[in-house]
Amino acid sequence: MDRIYRVEVRSRELTEGDGLLEDIAALGIAGIRRVERGALYFLRGALTEEDVARLCEELLVDPIVEGARIGLASDPVETPPGAVRVEVGLRPGVTDTVAANIMARGRLLGMEGLRAAATGQSYLLYGEVGRAEIEEIARRLLYNEVIQYYEIGPLTPHVGIEPPESEARAERIPLTQMDDEALLRLSRERLLSLDLAEMKAIQAYFQREGRDPTDVELESLAQTWSEHCVHKTFKGLIEYTEYGPDGPRTTPIDGLLRTYIRAATQAIRAPWVLSAFVDNAGIMAFDERYEVSFKVETHNHPSALEPFGGANTGVGGVVRDIIGVSARPIANTDVLCFGPLDMPLEELPTGVLHPRRIYQGVVKGIEDYGNKMGIPTVNGAIYFDPGYTANPLVYCGCVGIAPRGAHPRQVQAGDLIVVLGGRTGRDGLHGATFSSIELTEETGITSSGAVQIGNPITEKMMLDAILQARDERLYHAITDCGAGGLSSAVSEMGREVGAEVHLERVPLKYHGLQPWEIWLSEAQERMVLAVPPEYEARLRAICQGYSVEMTVIGTFSGDGRLRLYYDDQMVADMDMAFLHEGIPRRHLKAVWQPPARPSGTPSERPMDAWMLLVRMLAHPNVRSKEDVVRRYDHEVQGGTVIKPFTGRWDDGPSDGAVIKPLEVRDSWRGIALGCGFNPAYGEIDPYAMAISAIDEAVRNVVSIGGDPERTALLDNFCWGNPSLPDRLGALVRACQGCYDGALHYGAPFISGKDSLNNEYTDRLTGKQVAIPPSLLISAIALVNDVRQACTADLKAPGNPLYLLGWTRQELGGSYFERLLGVPYPNPPQMAPAGPATARALHEAMRRGLVRACHDCSEGGLGVALAEMALGGGWGAEVWLGAVPWEGPAPEDDRHILFAESNGRYVVEVAEQDAEAFEAILRGANVPFGRIGWVRSERMLRVHTERKGELLAVPVETLRRAWRGHIPWGEVEL
Amino acid sequence: MKAPRILILHAPGTNRDREAAWACTLAGGEPEIVHINQLLAGQRRWEDYQMLVIPGGFSYGDDLGAGRLWANDLYHRFREAMDAFVEAGKPVLGICNGFQTLVKAGYLPGPPPKQRVTLTFNRRGLFECRWVRLRAEPSCRCLFTQGLEEDILCPVAHGEGRLALPDEATRQMLWREGLVALRYVAPKDPRDAGNPSAAVTVREEAGYPANPNGSVDDIAGLCNRQGNVFGLMPHPEDHVFPQQHPRWTRGERGGLGLILFRNGVEAARRFV
Repeated sequence: MDRIYRVEVRSRELTEGDGLLEDIAALGIAGIRRVERGALYFLRGALTEEDVARLCEELLVDPIVEGARIGLASDPVETPPGAVRVEVGLRPGVTDTVAANIMARGRLLGMEGLRAAATGQSYLLYGEVGRAEIEEIARRLLYNEVIQYYEIGPLTPHVGIEPPESEARAERIPLTQMDDEALLRLSRERLLSLDLAEMKAIQAYFQREGRDPTDVELESLAQTWSEHCVHKTFKGLIEYTEYGPDGPRTTPIDGLLRTYIRAATQAIRAPWVLSAFVDNAGIMAFDERYEVSFKVETHNHPSALEPFGGANTGVGGVVRDIIGVSARPIANTDVLCFGPLDMPLEELPTGVLHPRRIYQGVVKGIEDYGNKMGIPTVNGAIYFDPGYTANPLVYCGCVGIAPRGAHPRQVQAGDLIVVLGGRTGRDGLHGATFSSIELTEETGITSSGAVQIGNPITEKMMLDAILQARDERLYHAITDCGAGGLSSAVSEMGREVGAEVHLERVPLKYHGLQPWEIWLSEAQERMVLAVPPEYEARLRAICQGYSVEMTVIGTFSGDGRLRLYYDDQMVADMDMAFLHEGIPRRHLKAVWQPPARPSGTPSERPMDAWMLLVRMLAHPNVRSKEDVVRRYDHEVQGGTVIKPFTGRWDDGPSDGAVIKPLEVRDSWRGIALGCGFNPAYGEIDPYAMAISAIDEAVRNVVSIGGDPERTALLDNFCWGNPSLPDRLGALVRACQGCYDGALHYGAPFISGKDSLNNEYTDRLTGKQVAIPPSLLISAIALVNDVRQACTADLKAPGNPLYLLGWTRQELGGSYFERLLGVPYPNPPQMAPAGPATARALHEAMRRGLVRACHDCSEGGLGVALAEMALGGGWGAEVWLGAVPWEGPAPEDDRHILFAESNGRYVVEVAEQDAEAFEAILRGANVPFGRIGWVRSERMLRVHTERKGELLAVPVETLRRAWRGHIPWGEVEL
Repeated sequence: MKAPRILILHAPGTNRDREAAWACTLAGGEPEIVHINQLLAGQRRWEDYQMLVIPGGFSYGDDLGAGRLWANDLYHRFREAMDAFVEAGKPVLGICNGFQTLVKAGYLPGPPPKQRVTLTFNRRGLFECRWVRLRAEPSCRCLFTQGLEEDILCPVAHGEGRLALPDEATRQMLWREGLVALRYVAPKDPRDAGNPSAAVTVREEAGYPANPNGSVDDIAGLCNRQGNVFGLMPHPEDHVFPQQHPRWTRGERGGLGLILFRNGVEAARRFV
């Protein structure tokens, strides 16, 4: 007879907690004095109380600091006086790894009677608040309805509930007879996201085949032809109209990818690029023996819906892209965009999680996956703008290393189709659309499909097994199951040869999945390999050694068709050529019209230079993100030579990260990582944004020792709806900037991705809002000898300081503009001297002439100097008259200090090296000025030619502002 | 002279095994990363190794508490072999997740199987990665921490690293019996931050963030009564060459964690 036990585990000690009280206060709910957390376990089976006590002792309770209360789930649960009990559980069908581990241990302990387990959390809220407030706290902070349910009082457990049995069959869709309207309705109702031209192409194909498609076939086509998988916007034919001074001019663009992005890579012809836009990640040569790969992905909509799970699986997904090029992940990067953390609740759009909640969940998700997989998270940025409130951005990047030639890409007819790793469930089916369906107890299983839940340990185990299989050369090809699941992975691999798959062989998390669900599921932590039959046994032995599940689900057939079976029913039989090439090309219209900006002399708020500087440093986008970054393990694998923080107290900013891979034992070679991201320029001109993002990414890697002639780029666009001509026009401008910027530096794109349709429609107002145009450029560069790498912190008083590169009247989109609240016309443009400057600076670094280097980005020279001073714990004194200025002399000296012109670096050099350093710069015709000195007096002093001292601020004040000790709102005149 | 063979134990979710192996190699040992399944299947034997390292990571995802399930493995699957290894006096080093495992399996402070202390959630409630300074307790008999003339500088990277004790008696026992091997320290004079010498005067209490997790008495590492089983939360394997030092570009050097591995390998030699 089955019984359900309830075990509630609580800590006996008081810790400082994790900020829940502060979060409650931030909701505007007063009266909660204290919160206690507890862990809930529900154990079901033929168990005695002694069995449960033993499980507690062996597994569930830490005897030193915890205590447990054991009872039957049906027993009354006591709540201490003065407290309200809120309990949260996972909906049935949602992955529960802790419960899975309890089950596995139960077997190890010989506890045959244990049949199912489930977990949950309990909260005791002490204080005087009403039920409405408690519900508000639960809804806003304690649970997410997409994956969880809650109760005020003891939780009713769902433990070991199996979904109802249902027959797994493919359905025929009577599509060949449909008219246009019916075709469009079908696309909408099945969430296919196909337009009429695409639906008609499918209809024509099946009319030729003389039959109707199955649901599996239709879903496969929708997935293969989705924007996410086939990038129809970037490949589409665009009629582009640009409004210039001479009126509109219209030109056709034969695909953005072909015309700009790939074209740049082809024009640059770098021999060290080993793979660009072909594999799951871009690959460049590291040395004669190794290659490095880099990929950046986004996971925006899943993160808006379930921040922890969305970001978590975002990291997991990009890591699999790296495993998918047979490489070991050695570094993670992440760039995150949120709405303002202090946004008032009443301004929050309906149905949207508060930015604070999204931020906390996303950071936790990234922390969890990266740390648990043992990959150092070393580079990134966090950016706040109201435009990201309803649609946050989560860019996740991963770098890998592999022996050269170790990644096979040749599927052969007769190879087995092998799935490794996690099991398949309804995870991520049709992604975000499920969130709009009202969830009930009965739809628990279905709702679990809305989000993907990650398990980094499963992925780590799979990685360990795959690297061994790679080294023993047991497979002919490999790819990951990402968007589109098996459908995407198998059809992509079998594109040339064809594939035959038996869906009933796919191992499932729970029964009841329809064939199309198995085929399309986006369950995490799965890879597909093409394995020659003679290696199956060896691969199986390796997998067993790492406790990794491995299943042969079919064969790469050789007949060029995609044939799917479920038991003996044939559920799909399509021509691979049609699947991959049958999609009609998109025809799109794009318009670019420069936004109207007020001109003339703006009347701006009076603000002293020192106040501007302190406020810039304290700005949420500029200030230190140490409270987040320290939660990421940036040291694991022991190769982080330049860390996210640097300087005298390990808390000054770095321009990027330098990694010396653990694999490479006999040389000092490493890689530098950096990124450029500035949507504020994009609001004025996406072309300037792209130019500046590339410039910044290159500056980042060059500042820390990267070789500018061995620098590769990644482009990641997050944009609004491309069927709206203004959104697409802005995208065209950005792509044009990408082409020009990449060619300027000779830095090829090796990988890129676009995430479109980042728009949000307010259900109440009907207003449609796109995110700011957001282009992330990531850079990866070789560092020939990591012992020559460089940091930004000032090193020694008396050393001269140089500014390299021209400063120009470029304040459009700058922080100067932002703080003064008036628009300036010119965002930073291309710096013609940028590449020569980068090369000369790199030469000086290789000759050991550079003590410190920092690029000028947000806040220009002013912020760069401040960051170098606060990192080094020294002062600096500079004269703006020595700054190389291009153009008519500025009316306002503050413009010199805060212009954000591209191609500039502040460099500290030892006095005895100054002559050699200047000789290199002169030889390369690089604009530079010796602007001042490092000082032992801990002040930043800036002098002007005309008015004497422009500012003098104690470095400690700068440091406090940058470290967030001077709250943003309190920096007042 | 033959190098001692070092068993680097790997469980699902272990991830700092390769660095630990590299540190062992640099220290003169012959490490081998061995999955627990290989030991269970009899493909590898405990008795063929002279030293054991239980490295960092997230064994079993930290589900049910860091190290809990791996400790459960040691207790139920490897009890005899592990006890024999320890009783023979072979060096055993647990780092981070390995330390948590040894504590929860009762090997630290020992004797097993009773768990006497714990490593639980950091005082601040969050995972943290930062560099710390560790000083060896001179009175401790731990074979790994003998003769340290410099403090060890290395990173911590954990969320559950706070040493907590059930009572005052346990605290006194740890000190009385010389089981405290390493403490988190902070130089009294901040200008000494660049000097790794163990002679530098330190504050009486390290305080946050020098003691990153709030461990009682700033304890960072413990050993057993024999001195051959040693565990610590920080990662000495991540400071084995000078450019790993967070301030190496400022000319700061020293405080390598390699010395702990050298001491371990030396002690393992008599079992070769």
